[in-house]
Amino acid sequence: MGDIKQELKSKIIEQLNLEDVTVDEIADNDPLFGDGLGLDSIDALELIVMLDKDYGIKLSDPKEGKKIFESIETMANYITANKTK
Amino acid sequence: MSKVYISSVASISSQRTFDNSEFLDEIIDHDDTVLSVVDPNYKDYIPPAAARRMAKGIKMGVVASKIALQEAELENVDAIITGTGLGCTVDSEKFVSALIDNDEQYLTPTSFIQSTHNTVGGQIALGLGCKGYNFTYVHASISFESALLDAQLQLENDEASTILVGGVDESGDHTVKIHRLINHIKKEKVKSSSLFKSKTKGAVFSEGANFFVLSNSKKNGAYAELGAVATYNTLAKEDLNEALTVFLKENHLDIDDIDILVMGNNGDVAFDGWYHELSDGSFKNTPQVAFKHLCGEFYTASAFGTWLAAKMIKAQRVPEIVKLNKEATTQINTVLLYNQYRGENHSFTLLHKC
Repeated sequence: MGDIKQELKSKIIEQLNLEDVTVDEIADNDPLFGDGLGLDSIDALELIVMLDKDYGIKLSDPKEGKKIFESIETMANYITANKTK
Repeated sequence: MSKVYISSVASISSQRTFDNSEFLDEIIDHDDTVLSVVDPNYKDYIPPAAARRMAKGIKMGVVASKIALQEAELENVDAIITGTGLGCTVDSEKFVSALIDNDEQYLTPTSFIQSTHNTVGGQIALGLGCKGYNFTYVHASISFESALLDAQLQLENDEASTILVGGVDESGDHTVKIHRLINHIKKEKVKSSSLFKSKTKGAVFSEGANFFVLSNSKKNGAYAELGAVATYNTLAKEDLNEALTVFLKENHLDIDDIDILVMGNNGDVAFDGWYHELSDGSFKNTPQVAFKHLCGEFYTASAFGTWLAAKMIKAQRVPEIVKLNKEATTQINTVLLYNQYRGENHSFTLLHKC
């Protein structure tokens, strides 16, 4: 689980071009959107594509995303439970 | 009809030109076939949250526009008009590569959103909160002149009082690769200082952003008056002198009235002949200046030429590095800029001291 969290942090920084953020600065329970990392709706689309491409998870209900993308912790839990590759 | 003035300038190029307090004081003598710009500190101008989705071309355009607005002491303008030959090629390449690499699956939105030609103009407007006229011209090497002409017409007719006009193009890896394959880029590295002696085919490619605030009222510190702009998609070498004579006549000028001729020679032996038609012919006794050995070739490089012409008029001096001949002038009142790329899309731009 710890590995997935570290992997997710690196991927988010790289794919969303968060130049001034390091892996150590993202806590597992920090909110990813709003006051936390400050991600927005375009980033949400990038994360949905990332789940599909890297973990074989297709999100069919956009409402699911709100809970899944709450934090690194929630994302890692969802990926661990649902990944197909 | 109102007169049109260049109130301020900004240049991000492969020379250190983003600081307006300097004027080609220190020259970088590049030795390459493709040049990158000397970057200002983009973070000083663009918040990190906004910058993270911007490719270099957008950053260059946004920062150049901010420098021009700062110098003009303006918070906003009535219109934003941009010229670009290839638009946001880096994001276009990224998006198309992702399409191919992922078999048309897993397409992400950012590079697609940012890949359009009018992204730079749009991002400048978003940053300023400018809801006025916003237009982007994509006309190869007369993209910038088309933007300039649009601005001139609007200002002359009092449809706007201040307009931000600029030219911007960025280098993309794939675009460079393609231009190498078709021999538009020189095969051998060439030093900037010896570009015009190279006598080989192709050009030294580059990128850059050059922006100007144009106004129909003369502000303190104005650089020059924009006299006229003319563009020609096709112009045979043997018709160049006649076209120029007509252009000058329309503006009530003779060759003797031109104090400096600024030319867009790029050291390509196959196409510099158009420039030699003027430099060795009717303008033989006129002080001649070139600029592409400093900024490289890109579709809006002529905006760098306009920057150079405006700076020379304001400073009333010609930097040694740009001189092509030994002719001198005591006063710089009228400057003519002639540019073309690969024998197509020619332009004449006339600037006067104001």
